[in-house]
Amino acid sequence: MNSDTIRTAALAIGGSLLLAGLLFAANGENPFEAFKLLFEGSVGSRAKLSNTLLVWVPLTLAAASLVVTFSAGLWNIGVEGQIIVGAIGATWAAREVGGPSFVVITAAIVVAIIAGSLWALLAGVLKVYGGVNEIFGGLGLDFVATGMATYLIIGPWQRAGVASTSGTDLLRDEAWLPKIGDENISWVSLALTVAAVIGVFLLMRGTSFGLKLKAVGSNVHSATRLGIPANRYMLIAFGLGGALAGLAGSAQVLGFHHKLVPASSGGFGFLGILVVLLAAYRASLIAPIAFFFAAITVGTTFLELRLGLDSAVGGVLQGLLVLFVLLAGGWQRKRRTEAASALAPTPSAVAGEG
Amino acid sequence: MLELLDIHKHYGSLRANDGVTIAVERGSIHGILGENGAGKSTLMKVLAGFITADSGEIRLDGESLPTGSTKRSLESGVGLLHQDPLHCMPFSVLDNFMLGRPESFILDHSTAQAELNRLSDEFGFSLDPDVPVRTLTIGERQQLEIVRLLSLGIRVLILDEPTTAISAEQRTSLFATLRTLAGQGMIVLFVSHKLEEVDEICDRVSVLRLGRLVGEAELPVPTERLVEMMFGEMIVQSPRVTAEPGEPVIDLESISLHDRLVTLDDISVKVHTAEVVGLAGLEGSGQQTLLRVAAGLLSPARGSVRIGGETLTGRGYRRHLDAGVHYLPADRLGEGLVEGLTVKEHFALAGIEPQGFLLDWERASSEATARIEEFSVKGTVDSTPESLSGGNQQRLLLAMMPEKISLLVMEHPTRGLDIESAELVWTRLLARRSDRTAILFASADLDELLRYSDRIVVFFAGRILAVLDATETDSEAIGYLIGGKERV
Ligand SMILES: Nc1ncnc2c1ncn2[C@@H]1O[C@H](COP(=O)(O)OP(=O)(O)OP(=O)(O)O)[C@@H](O)[C@H]1O
Ligand SMILES: [Mg+2]
Repeated sequence: MNSDTIRTAALAIGGSLLLAGLLFAANGENPFEAFKLLFEGSVGSRAKLSNTLLVWVPLTLAAASLVVTFSAGLWNIGVEGQIIVGAIGATWAAREVGGPSFVVITAAIVVAIIAGSLWALLAGVLKVYGGVNEIFGGLGLDFVATGMATYLIIGPWQRAGVASTSGTDLLRDEAWLPKIGDENISWVSLALTVAAVIGVFLLMRGTSFGLKLKAVGSNVHSATRLGIPANRYMLIAFGLGGALAGLAGSAQVLGFHHKLVPASSGGFGFLGILVVLLAAYRASLIAPIAFFFAAITVGTTFLELRLGLDSAVGGVLQGLLVLFVLLAGGWQRKRRTEAASALAPTPSAVAGEG
Repeated sequence: MLELLDIHKHYGSLRANDGVTIAVERGSIHGILGENGAGKSTLMKVLAGFITADSGEIRLDGESLPTGSTKRSLESGVGLLHQDPLHCMPFSVLDNFMLGRPESFILDHSTAQAELNRLSDEFGFSLDPDVPVRTLTIGERQQLEIVRLLSLGIRVLILDEPTTAISAEQRTSLFATLRTLAGQGMIVLFVSHKLEEVDEICDRVSVLRLGRLVGEAELPVPTERLVEMMFGEMIVQSPRVTAEPGEPVIDLESISLHDRLVTLDDISVKVHTAEVVGLAGLEGSGQQTLLRVAAGLLSPARGSVRIGGETLTGRGYRRHLDAGVHYLPADRLGEGLVEGLTVKEHFALAGIEPQGFLLDWERASSEATARIEEFSVKGTVDSTPESLSGGNQQRLLLAMMPEKISLLVMEHPTRGLDIESAELVWTRLLARRSDRTAILFASADLDELLRYSDRIVVFFAGRILAVLDATETDSEAIGYLIGGKERV
């Protein structure tokens, strides 16, 4: 890891905390008090920590998914939709597959991973063979996925008696992930997330696959000349990214909502982009940064309860953070380009673990 | 007068410029010579504001110039002509001409066009304002860039290896332009590896080595003196080596194909084992297109491609790769090396022995170390290609060549290499003939073609004009043929 990244992150976090503090002060709150509440509200107790981890799981998985596709030079905006399709897949399996909990959960997770992966491949095929920019393809597929979920919720999978957009009926008990004690968080989703992050880290750092992906992401032409089948690698990156997003979808259904809701992705696909930007596309940094974001998300709801500050302040904080990172990063790059050359920086130029 | 005073630029422990002081009179053409990695481009980039020096000062007519901003350098009258000028390709010549002009918000096309025409006429360029820049040759793009810089009122024109990608004819025209400009009081800085060019066009020359100024001379000066200054020693050219050609490795038969600006018409070329065939011709006469057909990057509309007795027509690049064809592109950073990946990572990707799924970094690292040593790439295993000098990028590309190749296809293999490294590279390439490797290459350098080819195929407007035995012809004869005429 390089010291520039750390300096950038420190600069950004410091700057945005300062601005947020000013924001609190302008609202007549003591900023230190507010930060203390933010801290207490997110990690102050076992229950609160568990809530933060519930957000951390899908956010980290979405970010891991994005690290893979960013490395290949792809702006996979479709993560949001892939999470939803994963959630649909998990719900379907949980409704259709009978048997003991272990079987139901495994089936639901596997189906979610496959569904998310296929949905991402669709964006990949559109890009590679149809020439559709992955940003537009992904956005379009996001809308289709949301539409599909809503249709299922008010149509075929509607609650007994009432069709409501608030979601399907709760899943059978067998389809609920086992909890840690009384807390809402499950060790299954935690373990899978940790495994996914480590897997992506190792993939990008120690395998020829990850290196080839980076080469494709940095310069398709050169990569092709070196004998790398660029299209195939892009498709694999989509598939892999979609698998991780699908896994996030299953965690949302089996471990959090326990039913299919229209917005099962919870915006984590987009928030994940901010995490990855802040992490400078490095797999090693996404877990802690996602945790920080999750803490802000959860902590600000507590802030709302105690101080009456709208929880939207969480979004403001996260947005500020990213703007500061981009600023700090841009500033450092400006200094560095003098050392390198006048070439425009691309996300993939710094992708992966170098 | 332009003065560069005690310029220092360090990259970590590497001293790219180590206290360089150079003064250039108005109205003179000043050569900058030096081996690959000597620090020439670095110095020129400092002067043009692309990078900031660690210390030092630049003065133009006694006034200190701003540093670290291309825009402000341009405003103070310093302009750099890139080797391969970057334009907005889909835009028209006129639109590109107008880019960067201090203009009111509403563009004044007619004035700009009048100025473009005036400047083009003055230097005898024929630039059509309305065609897209994409259709221009590199030489024409240089002309466009020169008139654009002139219209911005520059007083110092920097050219960093301007002749490596243009034809002899375009070079003659470029030199005439430079002389006219110098006559008008312009300060011209001319970076090159080609000693004859420096000798031909420059009034004075400064020689850099390892970031330091090691000598200056009033021209003309004997070539050997310049070589000695550049390398610190005499370079002996090795005698010509020949090998007995054997079976045909590649058999291109009646190839016809339309590719961008040129139409290949019924071209047949054979290269045998251990044979070196050079393709001569003006830029865009069809040599590059034929090389791309040979490498499998283009499929011919008609005709057949046979490699090692197997028909591979239209089977694509990867199939050719499997058949032992190795292609070395002219555009090093565009389609050869991957920016952002280190030298070590390049060898992990395309090493001699392919890596398994799990990367063996130690092996990649030791392989990289050995190979960059062998090809004397100035850099480390952790350098990225964009931090290497132009010549060192080329050496890295050559160092990455696989061990077993049946056919080597190269565009301008020694472009941007100083004579010492060009010699070294060709020694390595020709050594492969003992493995019966066949070589097919194109070059704009007639001496290179004559020195290293067995046969020379001369292209003109998409056709083969002549096939010559390299030992029985000379550069004058080829020069005429390239222009489309027999010797008169
Ligand atoms: N951004 C950079 N980071 C690190 N080292 C650099 C960077 N740019 C240049 N260098 C190093 O500085 C030295 C001088 O490079 P420069 O490009 O000035 O050489 P040059 O004289 O133009 O060579 P060539 O004839 O090969 O173009 C080289 O060793 C190169 O590797
Ligand atoms: Mg250079």
